[in-house]
Amino acid sequence: MERIRAFLDVFSGDSNADRVVPPSGFTARLTTFTAAAMAFLTVFALALSLATGRLAARWDAELARTSTIRISAPEGQMAAQSQAVLEVLRTTPGIASARVMSDAEQRKLLEPWFGPDLPLDTLPVPRLIEVLEEGRGPDGAGLKLRLAAEAPGAVLDDHTRWRRPLVNAATRLRVLGLISILLIAGSTAAMITLAAQSALAANGQVIGVLRLIGARDVYIARAFVRRFTLRALIGACVGTTIALVGVFFMPAAAEEGAFLTGLGFKGWHWILPFLIPPLAAFVAFWATRWAAFKTLQRLS
Amino acid sequence: MIELKNAGFTYGGQDILSEMTLRLQPGSFHFLTGPSGSGKTTLLNLCYQALLPTTGMVRVFEQDVRAMTRDDIARVRRRIGVVHQNCQFLDHLSVRENLALPLTVSGREDDVHPSNIDDLLGWVGLTERGDALPPELSGGERQRAALARAIIMSPDLILADEPTGNVDWEMAQRLLALLVELNKMGKTILIATHDLNLIRTVKSEVSARVLRISNKKLQLAGADL
Repeated sequence: MERIRAFLDVFSGDSNADRVVPPSGFTARLTTFTAAAMAFLTVFALALSLATGRLAARWDAELARTSTIRISAPEGQMAAQSQAVLEVLRTTPGIASARVMSDAEQRKLLEPWFGPDLPLDTLPVPRLIEVLEEGRGPDGAGLKLRLAAEAPGAVLDDHTRWRRPLVNAATRLRVLGLISILLIAGSTAAMITLAAQSALAANGQVIGVLRLIGARDVYIARAFVRRFTLRALIGACVGTTIALVGVFFMPAAAEEGAFLTGLGFKGWHWILPFLIPPLAAFVAFWATRWAAFKTLQRLS
Repeated sequence: MIELKNAGFTYGGQDILSEMTLRLQPGSFHFLTGPSGSGKTTLLNLCYQALLPTTGMVRVFEQDVRAMTRDDIARVRRRIGVVHQNCQFLDHLSVRENLALPLTVSGREDDVHPSNIDDLLGWVGLTERGDALPPELSGGERQRAALARAIIMSPDLILADEPTGNVDWEMAQRLLALLVELNKMGKTILIATHDLNLIRTVKSEVSARVLRISNKKLQLAGADL
């Protein structure tokens, strides 16, 4: 409780305690700049982490609900095998629906690689059947066996080999984003600790005088802690604001652009970046307090 | 108030002080003499916990200094006014603000009216220098400002290391008169000096005792000059 009060005292202020420490322009600007830069990076790391989280969830959901059956058969058998596959699927538990993709749909799928004028009817392109799953989906191994028996040219693709690496990549990217945020917080704490230690060491005479006249460590530390906490808060506010403006003007999510155009915040996630300045102040408070008490013990 | 029992201090393997035994009673006035480098400043440092004894025991206000926490030391120092030979100030604050600093630090700034600070500045001859910054002061002015800062809290004990070393005889007598007045008010005074004239001047006004450090030991303790 006392420590929480000490943190809140930083904002209520003590002009007398502030004045005992001489103004130090360079370290002040350095701390503010560091906090601003770190807050800026944190906003983007947070945006990246949240965007990849959304992407992983979307890919997982979309790909998990569908599978494809590819039929490669001689021209004369294609219709019969397609029909056989549809019949198998109709009687398979876990299948909501199945349909043969039209030539136009298959042309659209191939268009990015072969262009718009693909003569589909003259090429040995396999027939595709789109399957929508329900419940826990079909028994993959059993379905493959039945398809092999009924339609030898049919191959089941449940998208697992596509889905798993994509979802894994997105999940790892999200974890990396979170680790980045932790590293940024740690680096901020380390840099503010160094700046505070340097400020304390440079004010050895001030500390000596204050100790001589009966100042307690907490009084001396408070002056430094307040200064560094406020600098970190101001810097983080500036950095967060600039980063939010950047994120706000990022292009909206588009299917073609994947996650690169979806980088940003959605819904209540917009609250999260506003927590960065108080968290930066909190980190600065504890880093400076720790550095101050350590240095005071060493100096006298 | 201050009690040393066989206290010694060693630095770098060399004895600076040894087997010091001393008891300062409340309201007493003591001079501490001895040649340069005899350990007068070290003894004063032991009295306000700037140094801890390496042997023996030092008690300040009935507390063993070895058992005191850093906060205890801070609290005890509020009852001790210290004047150093090389007095230090907060160079970015005015002389007036430096004088008020002990009050600020102890949260008693409202207890003392600003006019009291002006009176004190007048006593030490710094009325015109109240708004000056410490680096602008001469050596003598710094010592006078340090004395004023040391007594602003009306401490129980005043420790002064050559407090008149950089001032002229007239100002020295004036500062001593101030210390004598404080002693008459019940404050305990311990002054380290090698100026015998100063000691004789004070002895005509109060019952001061003279302690002498010789060969790292306290001698003639309690003997009158």
